[in-house]
Amino acid sequence: MTVPTPQELVEHALATTTCDDCVAIVRDSTSANLRWANNTLTTNGVMHDVTVSVVAFQGRGEGTATGSVSGSAASLEQVEALVASADAAARAGGPAEDAAVLVTGETAADWDEPSGDTSIEVYRDFAPALGEAFGRASAEGRILYGFVDHDVTTTYLGSSTGLRLRHVQPTGHYGCTAKPTDLSTSAWVGGATRDFTDVDPAAMEAELVQRLGWAARRVDLDPGRYDTVLPPTAVADLMIYAYWSASARAAHDGQSVFSRRGGGTRIGDRLTDAPLQVFSDPGYERLQAAPFASTASSSEVESVFDNGLPLSRTHWVEGGVLSALVQNRYSAGLTGQPVTPYVDNLVVAVDGATGSPQDLVAGVERGLLVTCLWYIREVDPQTLLLTGLTRDGVYLVEGGEVTATVNNFRFNESPVDLMRRFSAASVTEPSFSREWGDYFPRTATPALRVPDFHMSTVSQAT
Amino acid sequence: MTTRHDIDASFTALPYRRLAEAALTRAQDFHAEHADFRFERIRTQDIRVRDGRLQGAADHEVLGFAVRVVLDGAWGFASGVVLTPEAAVGVAETAVRTAQVAAAMTATPVELAPEPVHDDVTWVGDYDVDPFDVPLAAKVDLLAGWSARLLSAPGVEHSTGSVSQVVENTFYTDLAGTTTTQQRVRLHPEVEAHGTDRRSGIFDSMRTVAPPVGRGWEYLTGGYDWDGALGELPDLLREKLAAPSVEPGRYDLVVHPSNLWLTIHESVGHATELDRALGYEANYAGTSFATVDRLGTLQYGSPVMNVVADRTTPHGLATVGYDDEGVAAQRWDLVRDGVLVGYQLDRAMAHAMPELNGGRSNGCAYADSPGHIPIQRMANVSLLADQQGPDTDELLSRVERGIYVVGDRSWSIDMQRYNFQFTGQRFYRIEGGRLAGQLRDVAYQATTTEFWGSMEAVGGPATWELGGAFNCGKAQPGQVAAVSHGCPTSLFRGVNILNTTAEAGH
Repeated sequence: MTVPTPQELVEHALATTTCDDCVAIVRDSTSANLRWANNTLTTNGVMHDVTVSVVAFQGRGEGTATGSVSGSAASLEQVEALVASADAAARAGGPAEDAAVLVTGETAADWDEPSGDTSIEVYRDFAPALGEAFGRASAEGRILYGFVDHDVTTTYLGSSTGLRLRHVQPTGHYGCTAKPTDLSTSAWVGGATRDFTDVDPAAMEAELVQRLGWAARRVDLDPGRYDTVLPPTAVADLMIYAYWSASARAAHDGQSVFSRRGGGTRIGDRLTDAPLQVFSDPGYERLQAAPFASTASSSEVESVFDNGLPLSRTHWVEGGVLSALVQNRYSAGLTGQPVTPYVDNLVVAVDGATGSPQDLVAGVERGLLVTCLWYIREVDPQTLLLTGLTRDGVYLVEGGEVTATVNNFRFNESPVDLMRRFSAASVTEPSFSREWGDYFPRTATPALRVPDFHMSTVSQAT
Repeated sequence: MTTRHDIDASFTALPYRRLAEAALTRAQDFHAEHADFRFERIRTQDIRVRDGRLQGAADHEVLGFAVRVVLDGAWGFASGVVLTPEAAVGVAETAVRTAQVAAAMTATPVELAPEPVHDDVTWVGDYDVDPFDVPLAAKVDLLAGWSARLLSAPGVEHSTGSVSQVVENTFYTDLAGTTTTQQRVRLHPEVEAHGTDRRSGIFDSMRTVAPPVGRGWEYLTGGYDWDGALGELPDLLREKLAAPSVEPGRYDLVVHPSNLWLTIHESVGHATELDRALGYEANYAGTSFATVDRLGTLQYGSPVMNVVADRTTPHGLATVGYDDEGVAAQRWDLVRDGVLVGYQLDRAMAHAMPELNGGRSNGCAYADSPGHIPIQRMANVSLLADQQGPDTDELLSRVERGIYVVGDRSWSIDMQRYNFQFTGQRFYRIEGGRLAGQLRDVAYQATTTEFWGSMEAVGGPATWELGGAFNCGKAQPGQVAAVSHGCPTSLFRGVNILNTTAEAGH
């Protein structure tokens, strides 16, 4: 039996629908991972998944009803079943509030190309180096715990209005935690990669050794406000949440930090005096993301009617001023703003920033260097107050140098407020959010120095 | 009264037995020490409404299979979605190859605790109406009607609602001879009202506190007092918007099960996962302060604290017949009279630590989908009621100055499960043993053993309710799990209360 190609699955869906219009999205993905703990491999896997999403549209223009059905599907019969369900849902459905004319287009030049893929072979250099690192760690009294993951997902989007779009998305990341055998302290390094050719296990190990060395001296500190350097990973942790909270619809409806008291959104408000830029760009170097919208169901920020809409560089904060919120064509109508759809990456930059995160540390007379943040949750949407914890290493900085490790803290802070309060920034670099990287792996952020970061209570975690 | 169902015929018609035979036969060619084959179909439907209208409805079906082997002491795992015997053989070969790569880096050989053979057994959860048998239009009408009713109430500016529905079928078979076929149903409905206080400009929301459950569509049509819940939301919201902001400090707390379930989940459920205690999650979800050397001696809480893990709880979200390693569902103690006495196990850990459950797994290995490897996952973990315990009024009467907490909202806990901070849907001031109106901006923060040590009383059986969540995250690659937690309303002394507006520096 021959397995149909993703393109054939798309064409079969479009050919068999009995509704007025149809969008079919096939995501063909392979992934390979290795996981380790206690200096030994624990689990691993190679996965293949093909998911077909069918959106059926009954009627045209205002009053159109939709049906959205997705499923694992590797055969034409499975696609037919999905189409039948989507068609039935569209026929039974009421008018969609986000109804709009479907996006039209042509066949992209790369449409006929096969899916990208990956395999366990992506670790051909990394795996032996990791095995050697286990040996050294055991000999030198360290314990390593970590994970590497590589995923290649190819999206094929076709529509009854002529769209045939393809996007190959490689996504990878690595992370490793190290502890001494008495578990008295902990360190972490991690990052994103597209293909693992730029991941250096020796450098990873060296940094872990350096960070564990910083724990030779331990100082206990009370809760309070500290002059704190947040490295690029921690800035990504906080700014991703701000991006996810930037729904134009929620702001328009008076439900977010970006709502104007009395009605409307805060687009146009100055959030900070600093020359802060926050934007998404599907073409950004090393963070390339899908250049067209694709979604299987409508939500507050996405609309099935927008499938295939081209995406481009979108400034959310420009020169410190809130310039756009995330929205589809429907919410753009409600807010009277341009259509600025969700893009799958995020860049934060401060004009004129120079130097590295280490250079920021060098400027701190007495303060803290954080490794990363964890378990971040929203406490109050009005201010976007978030709580969370420091994790795997908080270091005391004295006279511009790391001099000790300190206890972990619970923080209560708002990323929107931090935009206003930060006092220095490093050059923007590709980063990986410890907290959200699994869901949002493409970020570039600076380190930020915050003169009064609010460490609310002490955590005993080591 | 619920009816017994058979496994859905559209599932039993799928070719999983042929695929299993092809895959396991191929694994035997390589003399695998263990091989299992798991085939799953997970049907999901999410419906979202906003301001009385449908915002989006989406059906999703995951259908696929996985082969897991132990070869030369190492795990190998692979999964696929092409439902042919040839593809199953290919997936088995990939699993074997992955084990061969892994063997070079596996310092401690994997061995599995034995489990009695369960020979072609079937298990179906307890529910009346399969939600996928109810027409979509009827479901949208019900939910949009609820949202419209809220929107028409004074003071409600917007209303949102959603219901997630899941029907999960799993076929499992292994070389030892166990074969299981199972079916589970679960629902999670939520409705929320949003409003603004005109004077202050403060906006807020109030959500229903009905828990997600392992029941069918009957839960939405008669299995809960939805009329009462919808009727009270607008007034509760209005009172919250006008409530005074809390003065931070130490307060006695009476916590309702709709809030306390989540505190149990985070501070007891995760902390007694043995994989965390052994460091397997150190790079992601974290480890646990409740380490194995403290078994039998760690004073987890006050003597009134008794916690059980239970994969058989009626209508529990983690209730099942057999886990994804073919181990039968069980119930056991985690905390007895305030002392740590147990952990949640899978077969490999049960082998490594036979002192914990007599060398047998207690059935806590499962995956969230056919594409993911089973890991040690949570049972329903519940705080027991005091059979002669007080009702809520009596608990409140014991408090001179305190706060009554209802409904969950924000939650966060550190990587070893010490420091947590929770908010809620609503907080009431308690004065002289009685409720005295709502408070705003409240969060309670504590360290796990200090909090459970301050528990003076647990309520009687009449106060016990089963809460839970669909979205518990763990492992790399990330997996989600649904799990329930029951508890009585309980009384805690001297808990640290934060004012969230002050925390934000405003």
